[in-house]
Amino acid sequence: MLSALFEHIPVMIMAVGSLVGIAASLLGTFLVLRKSSMLTDAISHSILLGIMVVWLLTRQTSGPLQIIGAGLSGVATVYLSEMLAKSQRVKYDAAIGLVFPALFAAGVLLTNLYARNVHIDADTVLLGEIGFVWLDTVEIRGLYVPESLLSMGFLTVINLLFVSLLFKELKLSTFDPALARALGFNPNLLFYPLLGLTSATAVAAFDAVGAILFIAFVIVPPSAAYLLTDRLWRVLLFSCTIAVASSISGYYLAVWLDVSIGGMMAVMTGVYFTFAFLFGPRYGLIAQEIRRKNQRLTNRSRALVVHLYNHERTSLQSEENVVQALKEHLVWNETKAKRTLLRSLDDHLVEREGETLYLTAKGRAVAQEILEPWRQNAALMTGADEIQ
Amino acid sequence: MAFPGFLADYTVQTVIVGASLLGLCSGALGCFAVLRQQSLLGDALSHAALPGIAIGFLLFGSRQLSILLSGALVAGVLAALLIVLLTRRSRLKTDAALGIALSLFFAVGVVLLTHIQNRENASQAGLDAFLFGQAAAMLRQDLWILGTVTATALLLVISFWKEFKVVTFDPDFASSLGLPVTALEIVLTTMIALAVVIGLQMVGVVLMAAMIIAPAAAARQWTHRLETMLILAMVFGAVSGITGALLSSLARGLATGPLIVLTASGLVLFSILFATRRGILWTAIHARRQHANLITQHVLTTLYQLAQNHHNPAYRTEQGMVVSYYGDAGNRALSELDRLGYVKPARHLPEEGTHWILTAAGIKEAERILASLHPVES
Repeated sequence: MLSALFEHIPVMIMAVGSLVGIAASLLGTFLVLRKSSMLTDAISHSILLGIMVVWLLTRQTSGPLQIIGAGLSGVATVYLSEMLAKSQRVKYDAAIGLVFPALFAAGVLLTNLYARNVHIDADTVLLGEIGFVWLDTVEIRGLYVPESLLSMGFLTVINLLFVSLLFKELKLSTFDPALARALGFNPNLLFYPLLGLTSATAVAAFDAVGAILFIAFVIVPPSAAYLLTDRLWRVLLFSCTIAVASSISGYYLAVWLDVSIGGMMAVMTGVYFTFAFLFGPRYGLIAQEIRRKNQRLTNRSRALVVHLYNHERTSLQSEENVVQALKEHLVWNETKAKRTLLRSLDDHLVEREGETLYLTAKGRAVAQEILEPWRQNAALMTGADEIQ
Repeated sequence: MAFPGFLADYTVQTVIVGASLLGLCSGALGCFAVLRQQSLLGDALSHAALPGIAIGFLLFGSRQLSILLSGALVAGVLAALLIVLLTRRSRLKTDAALGIALSLFFAVGVVLLTHIQNRENASQAGLDAFLFGQAAAMLRQDLWILGTVTATALLLVISFWKEFKVVTFDPDFASSLGLPVTALEIVLTTMIALAVVIGLQMVGVVLMAAMIIAPAAAARQWTHRLETMLILAMVFGAVSGITGALLSSLARGLATGPLIVLTASGLVLFSILFATRRGILWTAIHARRQHANLITQHVLTTLYQLAQNHHNPAYRTEQGMVVSYYGDAGNRALSELDRLGYVKPARHLPEEGTHWILTAAGIKEAERILASLHPVES
């Protein structure tokens, strides 16, 4: 039964995609929160050089040595960029943009020179083809398990251990590096292992999705999750869920449309991101818009209350405190005036008798609080706190 | 004309002209990107150009460069808009917005490329050449397009020179002058997209970021003036372009794009190390000189104070004592003072080594230094 599972190509492809997504999202969450997302871009390009150097030294195109080599080349990229920025000759962003293209170009030239007929070439590293994961298999107790599934599974476990064992430390150094330092914990101590693991995951993933689509898996699901919630463990959980959902839906869409599977999986992360960006409960575009509209209405209702309060018991009361004045004196159009009035009536700030408007006790307290904030204590005693 | 043989080659000529046009254009426009700290925007926009190329091909069914590049330009501008939307209207920071735009646009590009490849095998015509660039595929008529784009870009820079300059260095001041800052920023960002587009055929979407950043970053090391920086960046860009093109035509099998990028990176490294005034070597030498100068002044005033404490202007200071305090730098300081005529050697107790006396000029100089250190007391 197990062998049927491992030989079921679609399941294997989706499994590898999901593992890439989970492994990437676990690390990506911290990179996005640390505002270092673009380092993923730098790392995933420069691992080409790492892969080529390790291949030239050992003639191995995959395996633990490749993963370690890539880890080192990623860390080296970041280290070189930071050194260049520290020399104060170029800004940090330019330093990143100078180092990784140079390393990548060197990698491409090495492939041109030495690796014409080998399975490594820049195209594969960049694009990958997850559809072929079942071609390279390893036999374990009579089961033919795809190599990518093993290496991605291994890295997912490592990343999971890294994140869960060091959760407290990662959280601290991500959200409050100053506090971490004050507690005697160097926040950079975890930064380099994080980047090293990102590069190692990138090299394990490049067969499957390619380096650039790997960037999508690192950055997009955590960003989407970050728009949905404020709790760190939920960000991790949501981004893994989004990654898995992208892999599965991406696979079926790609097969249906007959296009690149890895590419479609990455596109799907974008679709889920768009949903989060539009419909996120608190930070989504629509939620923001509703909140803004609501705030505007509240502000106008407060303006109305102040207007009524100013003219209460004055000679102009009969002229100012009527419905018509909303249009003429506050210069609101028909709908604005109507909506504001309804809102104020609903909130029991204002009462209406025919065309004349009266403040309720609650409305008067609100107006007093706005105009005479020093009398707030008195207002609180009359129950104005319910209004807020 | 006595060209070396390979220069007469039609393809090589085309590639060299194309590469220098690319260098001129990306060098000039890259200055603004680097100074506005938008270096990585160039990277994001170059990756984002890929779907534009594919859509241009799908819509018009032609491989004509102008159509593909227009598609790339539109895609680049859309990606820039997405980045602005995400940074303004979500809690995500610029780095995440760049990464999202880059990877998603690229993913769409990959999907579209595979779609094209699967649909029509014959005429997909190497659109993936745009990934890494394929300089050799460049045609003579393509040069006209590159030339027009470069000329347009440079004309824009010249005609809005003052506006671009003030927006780059002090956007707040620019808006207080009543300049349309947002519009100018949009034009500048569009120009980065334009610079990206022009290099797609030559170096490809992946390496194009370097062509925007490297010439400008190298030029920045040599000057503080934007005018000079722009011209230098254009020269560096053109030099990298031509050098890369020549190297790849000499060594068959090496891709042009990476060679151009490596030449440009080499120029950056050279400039950072050896530029006048800002270069690491220059500042190191300068600091060393300052340090030696300081020690020389120190030794001189020490000699002066010794003479004063002994109430003897012709007091003979033992060289060994100076050296035991200042180390080898003391020796160098004394010979420098001797060269300047502030001290002269004196014969005194020969078994204890050389001794030194202040000259009249030396006393005057020591008093000047001490007075400048304590202006109030004097």
